Amino acid sequence: MIAPTPITLTVNGETVAAQVEPRIHLTDFLRENLGLTGTHIGCEHGVCGACTVRLDGEIVRGCLVLAVQADGKSVETIEGLSDSGALDELQAAFRDRNALQCGYCTPAMLLTAHELLARNPTPDRATIREHLSGNYCRCTGYQAIIDAVEIAARARAGAKS
Amino acid sequence: MINFQYARPNEVADAVRQIAADPRARFIAGGTNLLDLMKSDVEQPSRLIDISRLPLKSVEETPDGGLRIGALVPNTDLAYHPLVESRYPLLASAIMAGASQQLRNMASTGGNLMQRTRCYYFYDIATPCNKREPGSGCSAIEGLNRMHAILGTSESCIAVYPSDMSIALAALEATVRVMGPGGERTMAFADFHRLPGDTPERDNNLEPNEIITAIELPPQGFAKNHSYLKIRDRLSYAFALVSVAAALEMDGEAVKEARLALGGVAHKPWRVEAAEAALAGQPANEASFAKAADIVLSGAKGFEHNAFKIDLARRAIIRTLTQAANGTPQSQSSKKIR
Amino acid sequence: MTMQAIGKPHSRVDGRAKVTGGARYAAEFNQPDQLYAVVVGSTVGLGRILRIDAGAVAQMPGVRAVISHLNAPRLAYQPHKGGTDPANGERLHVLQDDQVRFYGQPVAVIVADSLDHAERAAAALAVSYAGETPVVDPLDAKVQPVAPQAGRAGADRSRGDADAAFAAAPVTVEASFDMARENHTPMEPHATIAAWSGDRLTLWSKSQFVVNEQAEIAAIFGMPAANVQVICPFVGGGFGTSLRTWPHVTLAAIAARQVGRPVKLVLTRRQMFHTTGHRPRTLQRVALGATTDGRLTSLIHEGSGETSRYEQFVEALTSTSGFMYSCPNVRTRYRLLPMDTGTPTFMRGPGEASGMYAVESAIDELSYKLGIDPVELRRRNEPAIDEAEKLPFSSRSLMQCYALGAERFGWASRDPRPRAMRDGRLLIGWGVASASYPCFFSPASARVRLLADGSAEVEAASSDMGPGTYTSMTQVAAETLSLPLDKVRFSLGRSDFPATPSHGGSQTMSSVGSAVRAACLAVQAELAKRAVADRRSQLFGASIDSVEWREGRLSRKGDAAAGPSYSELVTGAGGSPVEAGASAARDAAIAKQYSMHAFGAVFVEVSVDPDLGLVRLRRAVGAYGAGRIVNPKLATSQCIGGMVGGLGMALMERTALDPRDGRPVNAHMGDYLVPVNLDVPHLEAHFVEEQDPHVNPLGVKGLGEVALVGMAPAIANAVFHATGKRVRELPIRIENLLDV
Repeated sequence: MIAPTPITLTVNGETVAAQVEPRIHLTDFLRENLGLTGTHIGCEHGVCGACTVRLDGEIVRGCLVLAVQADGKSVETIEGLSDSGALDELQAAFRDRNALQCGYCTPAMLLTAHELLARNPTPDRATIREHLSGNYCRCTGYQAIIDAVEIAARARAGAKS
Repeated sequence: MINFQYARPNEVADAVRQIAADPRARFIAGGTNLLDLMKSDVEQPSRLIDISRLPLKSVEETPDGGLRIGALVPNTDLAYHPLVESRYPLLASAIMAGASQQLRNMASTGGNLMQRTRCYYFYDIATPCNKREPGSGCSAIEGLNRMHAILGTSESCIAVYPSDMSIALAALEATVRVMGPGGERTMAFADFHRLPGDTPERDNNLEPNEIITAIELPPQGFAKNHSYLKIRDRLSYAFALVSVAAALEMDGEAVKEARLALGGVAHKPWRVEAAEAALAGQPANEASFAKAADIVLSGAKGFEHNAFKIDLARRAIIRTLTQAANGTPQSQSSKKIR
Repeated sequence: MTMQAIGKPHSRVDGRAKVTGGARYAAEFNQPDQLYAVVVGSTVGLGRILRIDAGAVAQMPGVRAVISHLNAPRLAYQPHKGGTDPANGERLHVLQDDQVRFYGQPVAVIVADSLDHAERAAAALAVSYAGETPVVDPLDAKVQPVAPQAGRAGADRSRGDADAAFAAAPVTVEASFDMARENHTPMEPHATIAAWSGDRLTLWSKSQFVVNEQAEIAAIFGMPAANVQVICPFVGGGFGTSLRTWPHVTLAAIAARQVGRPVKLVLTRRQMFHTTGHRPRTLQRVALGATTDGRLTSLIHEGSGETSRYEQFVEALTSTSGFMYSCPNVRTRYRLLPMDTGTPTFMRGPGEASGMYAVESAIDELSYKLGIDPVELRRRNEPAIDEAEKLPFSSRSLMQCYALGAERFGWASRDPRPRAMRDGRLLIGWGVASASYPCFFSPASARVRLLADGSAEVEAASSDMGPGTYTSMTQVAAETLSLPLDKVRFSLGRSDFPATPSHGGSQTMSSVGSAVRAACLAVQAELAKRAVADRRSQLFGASIDSVEWREGRLSRKGDAAAGPSYSELVTGAGGSPVEAGASAARDAAIAKQYSMHAFGAVFVEVSVDPDLGLVRLRRAVGAYGAGRIVNPKLATSQCIGGMVGGLGMALMERTALDPRDGRPVNAHMGDYLVPVNLDVPHLEAHFVEEQDPHVNPLGVKGLGEVALVGMAPAIANAVFHATGKRVRELPIRIENLLDV
């Protein structure tokens, strides 16, 4: 028998202590244990990007991180980032530009775009496209997503000036 | 995924002790490849030894003017490191050619060297595969082998090593520092990975009780004339059909020194020193580059679905050397090939 | 009417839920005491199960049940054919016998107390087979083509004498095309949570067709449909793969009944390539004859597509060939290639996308042979009527689409010679192709409730896999009722809501939209009826014919004064919601009078690196004539998404089967390549003004499919223009172009 491992981590600013089997990956932990279902599972192999979460401030594939690896770290999901307002401009732009259809890829797409704008507040379209190329979308054809990220970048720049 | 014990040592020596004590244990750093393999039951470790918090995350200049890269430096940090960007842009470019932002954030330098093949059959435990299960046979040789090797193959395996970063490291003549129970040793990059031969289950020459601690780069970074060109079926986020790392030291219009390594074509980064030697002193033109390409590919052998890669590799070598010579390296953000 | 909800670029009403992670998909309806099921698929492609060693696995931690044909309940499998099921053949009866018909066919299902325990047991289950080599390659000599027994496009058709005309034609083109199998690969995997309560079953299940899933499961289990409830408020992409009810839904229900607890079953991505349908690989031959001035004299289109041995999947591979061009001599022939594979299914633009790839490529070849611009060639052969059905088109704006697309694209500056246009060392190619898809309309119903606060609740079973059903139906209701959008709440995705047809075939807007409109009119009539009968109402005693609805108020005709509002009327009638339902169906007489299709013209620019064989899409313009556009913002996005689906078809998507055992080797999202963000250049979708009074009361034609059709041949044609080499297989890959 493998004993569950105790972990303590911060999820969306709140401390969470849990006993988990080592093989539980972070996305399953968030979805099944904590009910945070805004983080989705598309392929389970780290390819599609739908499981993207922030781990200590950097986006990662939640399906390729074990919950035990997140012990002592800070995890942020779409739910927390929505509540904090961190994604306000991006969310508004995504809705305004219809940068989503089925919505399954959307939370992860927002997190990835958010990281890009943190690194590079004024990316050109090719840079946005490359940065988001690890997030599949089968509905929108991506174009509206690029438009929305550009609009959000301008909104953020405007808010700062 | 099977269940497993989980341990998180705080010191390198402790990590080495733990792995030496359990032959079925595996190190996990970023886990971006290992966990994927575990989900497919290709890897079934009894214990994961989480080395991700060991103090191997620094990038430092070495006394000789080179660079020492801790084995746990994330790919993203390495690609964006000012010293790498300025002195070893070939390495930065190769890293950015691979995977996605999320994966590069997690993936470690040492882990990148340990990536296993993406062969469909290796990944599917319902099929025979000598690499996964020695002696069971190779499904790829007579199967769908479009992505497979054209160089250095054996009758037991035609898998390719999928890393981009390592192709640049091979061209830059990096060395690998490893620590085992008996202490530290170094390996030339060319000696790290193996050809499949009749032991395709072994990807490299790291001993089971050893850990990679650092990669060292020599001072010469070829910052002026280099390029990493990755040819694949879509513009981003796909494994290479063929990739080429080219680094040149120019003397006016002529090549003074050349480095050339190929990815996507063999079980290891493919480097042929004779081809590099043939370029030295030659004019930087298509004829010279074609000659070098022919030397690199002299032993190439195609299979049913991948014979085109021989021709493709030849063309890619010429293009990449041209980009390097012109000082117009391939961009990994727009990926428009010039 | 001042609201004008229809035709405006409203933002989607489900946007907030989707950008905050609040939208819940099938796997996110966890139930109390839920267990987890994992499917075990066959690892041979044909044969018989010899032995299943369930005993050892049953002892593994957490395992509650190991269910195979050895112990599964014998299910009723009563006849049932939903609108998206093949008309001929019989669906797979899962776990009912020892036969393996295709690789990955479910042979067992494991139930355990956690997903991990179920996965471990599934991996450990030893199954032995008497395996045979399956036939999975359409080019295999063992494949015996058969004529489909039925289906909307099944029959071979002929007018004039196409073969004689071809033989006599001064200019001819004859070419064969091979298009790869594709898998839908939506972002959300198939998932079902099944929960029994006595003899009633609830399924939270990914479905584009909840009322059919209800009927299908009821038929399989031999129970009344009323005892099955299917719930699916959000679909994480479908493209057709969730139209049918695949075996995993039945397996979830079997498992839940066996263990007496709710069970969640999510297919792995690999399993998505085995048992949830695919676009069939097709082989086609097109022969065209023309006069030297470019009038078609013969059009022969022969095609065949994969199907399984147990069902005949029929798609409209050759149907557009009868009406796209004016041509006196046309012959089409369609065959099926039964093989040892799962049954294919509809995938975005089914039939039309594959068939028009071949014909639009051949037309392009003809244009070069004639030395006539490909747009001009199409203009010269534009029919006045549907010559196959001998009916007028309800509307046909193809030439307007070409005019608009050509103008936006700048087609006039094209150098017609292959290899003539360059950008540095890159070869540039401009290509064009037509698109078409029928305007389907199936009977649908909806229900509206007006509440005392003046708002409306609208319900229809329906589905929204992404295009915006929630939003467009809200618009239709708001417009019909003259309410602001935020006073309308539209709900869908429940089988106990009024029945609607499949959320496929681009018919949701026409069918469900018409039903919503009818239901809104019905509730207004109901309210008016009550008002004139209500002594307390200012309209008491008025005849029904003397009152009318104006901007959400019931007024006397000819009286400019505004009458009572919904809120006042509902409150006045006691405050209980006033409800009405209605159905909509196409007038059968109209359907016999007109040929109804959406049309489009797609223009693309590609570059080809002649040294490296790399094709890149550089830009594309699609112009569509699709009737009334309910929401231009959503419609544009839907079209661009469809165009990118066509890009995948042209250059990337291909499910590769190992001929030794029928295994799809690239059944992995990292190996089945779809376009990523960087592959997509600037795309434009435009709509021509088109008013079609015949198709349906809303005048809408549907967009989802036509947006994908035409893209792949336009790209293939552009590759020829760039290189001078005609690649007649899809996807076009590097190895096809290393010799240009």
